[in-house]
Amino acid sequence: MSAVTESRAWPAEGLARVPYWIYQDETIYAREQERIYRGDTWNFLGLEAELPDKGDFKTTFAGEMPVVVTRDESGAIRCFENRCAHRGALLCLKDRGNVKEIVCVYHNWTYDLRGNLTAVAFRRGVQGKGGMPADAEPESQAPRKFRVEIFCGLIFATLSDKTPPVERYVGPEVAVRIRRVMKEPVKILGGYTQVLQSNWKLYFENVKDTYHASLLHLFFSTFRLNRLEQRGGVVVGGEGGSHASFTMMKSDQSGDEYEKAGMRSASGGYALQAPQMLESVDEIGDGVTLQILTVFPGFVLQQIMNCLAVRQVLPKGVGRTELVWTAFGYASDDEKMAELRLKQSNLVGPAGYISLEDGAATGFVQRGAAGASERSSFVEMGGRTVESNESRVTETSVRGLWQQYRRHMGL
Amino acid sequence: MDAELQLAVENLLARYVHAIDDDRLEDWPGFFTEKGRYRVTTAENYERGLPLSIIYADSRAMLADRVSALRHANIYEAQRYRHVVSSTLVERVDVDTARAISNVQVLRVMHSGESMVFASGRYLDRIRLNDKDPCFEEKVVVLDSRAIDTLLAIPL
Repeated sequence: MSAVTESRAWPAEGLARVPYWIYQDETIYAREQERIYRGDTWNFLGLEAELPDKGDFKTTFAGEMPVVVTRDESGAIRCFENRCAHRGALLCLKDRGNVKEIVCVYHNWTYDLRGNLTAVAFRRGVQGKGGMPADAEPESQAPRKFRVEIFCGLIFATLSDKTPPVERYVGPEVAVRIRRVMKEPVKILGGYTQVLQSNWKLYFENVKDTYHASLLHLFFSTFRLNRLEQRGGVVVGGEGGSHASFTMMKSDQSGDEYEKAGMRSASGGYALQAPQMLESVDEIGDGVTLQILTVFPGFVLQQIMNCLAVRQVLPKGVGRTELVWTAFGYASDDEKMAELRLKQSNLVGPAGYISLEDGAATGFVQRGAAGASERSSFVEMGGRTVESNESRVTETSVRGLWQQYRRHMGL
Repeated sequence: MDAELQLAVENLLARYVHAIDDDRLEDWPGFFTEKGRYRVTTAENYERGLPLSIIYADSRAMLADRVSALRHANIYEAQRYRHVVSSTLVERVDVDTARAISNVQVLRVMHSGESMVFASGRYLDRIRLNDKDPCFEEKVVVLDSRAIDTLLAIPL
């Protein structure tokens, strides 16, 4: 362990405290790249539906490592490092496309769709002069290949042989909640990226934090979409790193806990002129109107009424994170459903009625704790342990994140 | 070129951006017809024919809802925009309608003084021309970048 991480001792209170240096320390950040993104975890890389045809590729990241995801000539999804064996240049410069092979622009080294080096320009020289020694093995520096698993149309990749299969990794209780949303072939509706001025873990905690939703996001509570007295719960899976929170909207019990407590989010008298946007259809048929699901370290699956999306959380330095949103519907959607999904997409994203605050809130913590690296956040809502809970007035899934994180990081 | 039409469209665009930059958001829906469509999307979505928007409204009522959400519900740090609109090309479709395309750049100035180029892109407008002031039947804001910093609260 490096000198810096040795001096960083986790608070004695355990999972109920999160020290602020964890969001600020460059050494921690470097260790995360090695232990988490290149370690025994599943990186979420996108939807299989993004690569429908043989030869399709997209570029993305596993942590900071640039990767290429392809559909090869056999139809299988492949993932490998976006780095030429020769000098380390990016192999693919485009975001997406369709190719037969991949050629590095720098010196024309060529790769197949599985990331195998297939040709080195002028390897034997020109007219008997130049070229590489006969015993040269440029393949020894080939881009690393990932183990890929497609789970319900979601592309996951890991560099480790030890990462358990996705279903076991996320836990059966969370896997079943992925299945209910990814129940049939999907259709990509589009995407965008939200740049967060905060450490990636602050966003991942935010998504797992069921306690904040109805307190920060007034839009929710005013329209009784996610008041905490509604029926729902939190399921924590895997080794704490995955979770699903869900709400059954129809069961609104119209309690007045918010009004009694005099909280900001209860301020009433606010009505929409065009509420049709919120007329959702119970298309999954189980009454769950809202489900937010995460898989460590960077996957979010969202069902907010009929607005479906995946979010990929990508670290871009200690204090910067990119949130890559991809919205989707089902291939079977009729025109009316397609329009409803587009209207409800007003709820999410950087301009989302119920999500725009999250873009700022994580930055408030990054800035607020700037002078307090040796202090800690206080995470005791719902106790000090990690367990599934019928109440969402809990930070159980936030503690679950830290349980899995600390195990990977050896902290 | 129809100089009178050009001036009328440029005047509409100028009044539109001044209303936003002066924080007269309550006036914003009034620049659209009752069934006016407004959406903000990325060049990537637009060019790939993907329908997703960052903001999507198909009526003045939906625009009014966004304003009241910004005023009463949503939380964001104090900030203002400065729109710069230029290179407007106008084309008459029929006696009542024109199409226009403009370049737009938006600076975002935070309360702290931090200033950045928040957005650049195009306005693709379909404009209803009538006796009174012209207004937007459709306004599509196509952003050059797929990335938005932190959040997009105030409309573009």
